[in-house]
Amino acid sequence: MRYSIFSLMRQALRGHRDWTPAWRDAVPKPAYDVIIVGGGGHGLATAHYLSKVHGITRVAVLEKGWIGSGNAGRNTTIIRSNYLLSGNVPFYEFSMRLWEGLEQDLNYNAMVSQRGILNLYHSDAQRDAYARRGNAMRMHGIDAELLDANAVRRIAPFMDFDNARFPIQGGLLQRRGGTARHDAVVWGYARAASDRGVDIIQNCEVTGFIREAGRIAGVTTSRGEIKAAKIGLAVAGNTSRLTNLAGLRLPIESHVLQAFVSESIKPRIPGVITFGAGHFYVSQSDKGGLVFGGDIDGYNSYAQRGNLPTVEDVCEGGMAVIPSLGRVRVLRSWGGVMDMSMDGSPIIDRTPLSGLYLNTGWCYGGFKATPASGWCFAHLLARDELHEVGRDYRLDRFAIGHLIDEKGVGAQPNLH
Amino acid sequence: MRIQCPFCGERDSSEFTYLGDATVRRPDPSAPEQYFEAVYLRDNPAGRHEELWYHGFGCRSWLRVTRDTRTHEIFTVEMYNDATTETNQEAARA
Amino acid sequence: MSGHRLGKGGLIDRQRALTFQFDGRRFTGHAGDTVASALLANGVQLVGRSFKYHRPRGILTAGSEEPNALVELRTGARREPNTRATVAELFDGLEATSQNRWPSLGFDVGAINSLLSPIFVAGFYYKTFMWPAAFWEKVYEPLIRKAAGLGRASEQSDPDIYEKAHAFCDVLVIGGGAAGLAAALSAARAGARVILCDEDFVLGGRLNGDRREIGGCSGVEWTQRAAAELESLPDVRVMRRTTVFGAYDGNTFGAVERVSDHLPTPSPHQPRQRLWKIVARRIVLATGAIERPLVFGDNDRPGVMMSSAARTYLHRFGVAVGHSPVVFTSTDDGWVTAFDLARAGIAVRAVIDTRTKISASLLSGAKQTGIYTLLGAQVVATQGSHGLTRVTVRKHDGGMENLKADALCMSGGWNPNIALSTHLGGRPRWSDELSVFLPSELRGTIVAGAARGSFTLAAALREGAAAGAEAAQSTGHDAPAWSAPTVDDELSGVTPCWRIADSRGKAFVDFQNDVTADDVTLAAREGFTSVEHLKRYTTLGMGTDQGRTSNVNGLALLAAATGRTIPEVGTTVFRPPYTPVSFGAFVGHHRGKDFRPTRLTASHRWAAERGATFVEAAQWLRAQWFAEPGETDWLQTVNREVKSVRSSVGVCDVSTLGKIDIQGKDAATFLDRVYINMISTLPVGKTRYGIMLREDGFVMDDGTTAHIAPGHYVMSTTTVNAGKVMQHLEHARQVTWPELDVQIVSITEQWAQYSIAGPNSRRLLERLLGGAIDVSNEAFPYLACAEFQWQSMRARLFRVSFSGELAFELAVPARYGDATIRALMTAGQEWGVVPYGLEALGVMRIEKGHVAGNELNGMTTAADLGLGRMMSTKKDFIGRVLAGRPGLVDANRPALVGLKPVDRSKRLFAGAHFLSSGATVALNNDQGYLTSVAFSPMLDHWIGLGLLARGQARVGERLRAYDPLRSGEIEVEVVSPVFFDPEGARLKG
Repeated sequence: MRYSIFSLMRQALRGHRDWTPAWRDAVPKPAYDVIIVGGGGHGLATAHYLSKVHGITRVAVLEKGWIGSGNAGRNTTIIRSNYLLSGNVPFYEFSMRLWEGLEQDLNYNAMVSQRGILNLYHSDAQRDAYARRGNAMRMHGIDAELLDANAVRRIAPFMDFDNARFPIQGGLLQRRGGTARHDAVVWGYARAASDRGVDIIQNCEVTGFIREAGRIAGVTTSRGEIKAAKIGLAVAGNTSRLTNLAGLRLPIESHVLQAFVSESIKPRIPGVITFGAGHFYVSQSDKGGLVFGGDIDGYNSYAQRGNLPTVEDVCEGGMAVIPSLGRVRVLRSWGGVMDMSMDGSPIIDRTPLSGLYLNTGWCYGGFKATPASGWCFAHLLARDELHEVGRDYRLDRFAIGHLIDEKGVGAQPNLH
Repeated sequence: MRIQCPFCGERDSSEFTYLGDATVRRPDPSAPEQYFEAVYLRDNPAGRHEELWYHGFGCRSWLRVTRDTRTHEIFTVEMYNDATTETNQEAARA
Repeated sequence: MSGHRLGKGGLIDRQRALTFQFDGRRFTGHAGDTVASALLANGVQLVGRSFKYHRPRGILTAGSEEPNALVELRTGARREPNTRATVAELFDGLEATSQNRWPSLGFDVGAINSLLSPIFVAGFYYKTFMWPAAFWEKVYEPLIRKAAGLGRASEQSDPDIYEKAHAFCDVLVIGGGAAGLAAALSAARAGARVILCDEDFVLGGRLNGDRREIGGCSGVEWTQRAAAELESLPDVRVMRRTTVFGAYDGNTFGAVERVSDHLPTPSPHQPRQRLWKIVARRIVLATGAIERPLVFGDNDRPGVMMSSAARTYLHRFGVAVGHSPVVFTSTDDGWVTAFDLARAGIAVRAVIDTRTKISASLLSGAKQTGIYTLLGAQVVATQGSHGLTRVTVRKHDGGMENLKADALCMSGGWNPNIALSTHLGGRPRWSDELSVFLPSELRGTIVAGAARGSFTLAAALREGAAAGAEAAQSTGHDAPAWSAPTVDDELSGVTPCWRIADSRGKAFVDFQNDVTADDVTLAAREGFTSVEHLKRYTTLGMGTDQGRTSNVNGLALLAAATGRTIPEVGTTVFRPPYTPVSFGAFVGHHRGKDFRPTRLTASHRWAAERGATFVEAAQWLRAQWFAEPGETDWLQTVNREVKSVRSSVGVCDVSTLGKIDIQGKDAATFLDRVYINMISTLPVGKTRYGIMLREDGFVMDDGTTAHIAPGHYVMSTTTVNAGKVMQHLEHARQVTWPELDVQIVSITEQWAQYSIAGPNSRRLLERLLGGAIDVSNEAFPYLACAEFQWQSMRARLFRVSFSGELAFELAVPARYGDATIRALMTAGQEWGVVPYGLEALGVMRIEKGHVAGNELNGMTTAADLGLGRMMSTKKDFIGRVLAGRPGLVDANRPALVGLKPVDRSKRLFAGAHFLSSGATVALNNDQGYLTSVAFSPMLDHWIGLGLLARGQARVGERLRAYDPLRSGEIEVEVVSPVFFDPEGARLKG
């Protein structure tokens, strides 16, 4: 059933009795053209674009739990395309364009909200680095503005302009940045893909790979064997677990990132704000909660939870930016497991194993990439070639030295 | 997390800095082809993991910590540079 | 008026009357009241509005699980939104305000949402607001955001202070009810170090809210005796008002002690709250249980309350929740409320029990008290505009009966309070026998009493004592035998009743987020059949109470809607914190200027006296420039400083650069391996510039290393990378090459170091140092270093230069730093010595083409920076192999160049990108960017350094510096990065 105010009103009169499941809870068939492992945002977006753009509908999305149970439902919902390096800028801007048309594409309101993202700077060197970034964005036609302290103050007068340890000197503003409702992105892609015939199979954990004639030809799962010509992994946080089953080592470590939400308060914070002298970023949801986070805990982890030092560090950053947060209460914290790559940038590529394709290494930037990641991965799976905007996300870039290292910290995942 | 530093005693993990897989060794300079693997590729296991922690806010020792990446449970902590450990003896022989 | 204070009873201090305000109305309460009990005592039933429908809401519970009664507490800078009235202690002068209503609590325009509720079902927003596309940001979302949020946060900086503390114990007991007290007592009597935490301001838990007998005395008396005994023991810490909010790894627990929240303002020097990190060897979880609501029509009307809460208000606060209450129950416990109310003289209108059969003792109790009893009956609707006036009951025979009532006490059974047991990943398990989720087994943790589904007092005491003894024993303390006190009998029968079928009106599951039973059914219909999908789709359990009263009911309804059992549907887990924790508590003292430590150099006071402007450099404060009277512009000041240095002499504090002392017989070998260039050939008395790579082949840091004695080196690092380099060297020494005999230690803090630069620097030093050291060019040439005795101290001198001038760096023990800077200035008077700051230093290094932080950005190779020739081919060093990867030796890589504006009057801006002339503006035409710029007073125009593709081959080319963010576009000319004294004649003079 198409979603609209009219269908909603019609259903309201009938006690909402005729709504049907948003997506079919499918049972596995013996074989597909493409299997996507991972029913998160990236996997479901891949399925959607495979079916819609490439007309490939014999597709299964295998999810070990419930769709959206990984990082798709554990992030801080930020979307932006304020990247620095030429390997990233076109990709994230492509993603932003897809966000901007997502609701019409999916007939699902994912609440894409472009209220702006403001990166604060606190030193001349940081200002110069943001100028470099903003100019790179502008060269690609992306909106960017470099604000001084007064202009920042007009946008966010509630920040500390008087007594800060690291005074706010200004900020880089991307007005088209913002947030989206993370769960709705998952459900919207699932519904659209399912409508086109994609099988979304929950509670189906992949336990191994089937090899035939020197290539990967299928997977064994908790619900039996499933064959496919092509298998794409989109299992952020667990990529190494799966590739280890296939004997493939990756430039990836799994790390835990905590995120937080405060009690709901009357709206105050207009867009997304990131602190430049510590680890803190924040936005306020349409329910009123402050959604915020900071740095990863810093050690390899597959546990979806972190520890107190990071909580304290993040909150310290919060009060350093917004001193009136003192009496606002942190409601809930949770953790997600990130595929931290060795240069902080993702990988969307073939693997040395024929038939096996990889979508990984999103670090803590995976959510904003969801549409473009799905688009490019679908392109790769359908055509066996890297999509133009993701052409630098190659697996062999580490060996040959064409790294995409925005932070300049080198092969140490926990610093990216 | 609490780490039992062999030199300082049990301390909160916030005193330490994490580096990563402790089984990675710097390859011999005569084998340059091994460098890519050593610097970039990781087993990244879900389970027991030998890893390097640096007690930067304490004795500045590099420690070899064996920890479960699923539960964060720590099994052993030892000085990395402790000639009595098996791994180092192997390294010395090599 | 429904609730009222009874003439006697309760743990309140009737001698101490406290006045307070709610929504501007003045009321009186007593010491020992909560805001909720005081409001009830004054007959106030309506205290808030719900989130979505703005329905009138009252007080549901008497504890921290409260979903409804949230208020803004205090005013101004101390305003605290969403404060649960049920746990806020009353103090004199307290001001509370209702929230999420406009213009007033009684008349709330937002209640119009209730009329639209047929549309505002779960997930409605995902289905609409999509057309026209542009309307979401411009119209729909602004409207939604206008309505969003509960209370208003203060807009001012929090005036109170917070602090942090650590504690260690053998046994941490969480919860100070019967089970927790018994556990603490038995562990403490065994001699274990015990910490007992309870979120309430009195110990006792349910013992305060019930009329019980233990060992012949009242539950309250028993509690007081237990507390007195615990507090008399030396190794026991009893922490009231302390919520253990989270379980973390390594048996670490986070707790917040509300030190001053019960006072109008904190006492002088007292914090508002204190964050505790408690490390315990064993934990006893005695967190009790939370009563579940019944899901029936209009069950949210003010006056509808948990049965146990009504009892708490009666016994603990001496408050009757109504004149004419009804009890609606599916448990024996509901009857206890009815009997207790009746005993207090309150006319219980009826007990409506969903069960058709109840025990004989309840029946006889009903008979004795004459309470009107309806078995097998259900409340299907309630009436009343802002408070309950009437309930509609469907009787066992199907007939309907309306009963007048001003309060309804509902009892749906108890859910163990298992939140903390799930923080570390524990999955609760369903008990068919008890129809509850029980905590999973946790290492080091023992669960006791109601928290593990043992709902009788006798069991709580027994299990608590056993848990305490076991915990003590496992930490090496033998516990004496516990003689269980006798307790009065109780009944604990429950027949779960998850939903009252065919209710009229909305039957709420999650009160705070306005999630109804129909919403759960709708979610199931739309395929949101995983419990996590249910929560996310309907927002059930996402409120400030984390669904403590709603989760299990929601699960049960979802199970019913999908034809599954509750364990098939899933389980319910909680995330830290247990109850919301203020930012302030997590932050402690680390706020404002104390957000991070501030490191000051030894010359800081002197510089401040000289009127220096300071700037943050990592954690340091460094002098940025020293304005003279009459100077109006920082650039004017910096130009003067540069010119003075280049024409005569200046002094700059360079102490913040990292300094690392390296000794040992293998020190030279070690340095050869960490630097790309050869250090082992450096003779004693000489200094050499070095570059360090990461193992991935990119530049990590640069600096100088001085060979000050045989096998003894002093390395300098950049200010920002000092810690990182130290860690890197320790790694190389301990992990990579443990066989090398080398020791390293950071001496950054131990030495003050000053750069004396300019043509007159030698004269100044000769005057200052007298005969302590010969600084002539012959005796002390460029790159010389020495350690020498100067007056009573050991000092070090290095002939190194960042400015390109004849220059020295003089290092003295930090305690002599202040005296030394003053002596330098005095000695230099004759030559007009000036102090110069970081800015002038930066200008001079750009004039000389030296790289600094903007170029050492972690993405550059040595070759990029024009230093590729330093890479030795004769030895192994960190980064050597991977620096040879194709991507790092690509001829198209950017290289360091100098840039001048073609129109010399134009200003350059760092961060501008280079475009070839005629190229279209596009990322793939990007040729590099300006890394650093400065106005050169020596050249009298702006100059810059940049990283330009194939840069070294492009000297003389004209490019566009593209900077739409600021300057637009400027034509620049590519030149050598060395702008000033390219031959280097000045520094060798």
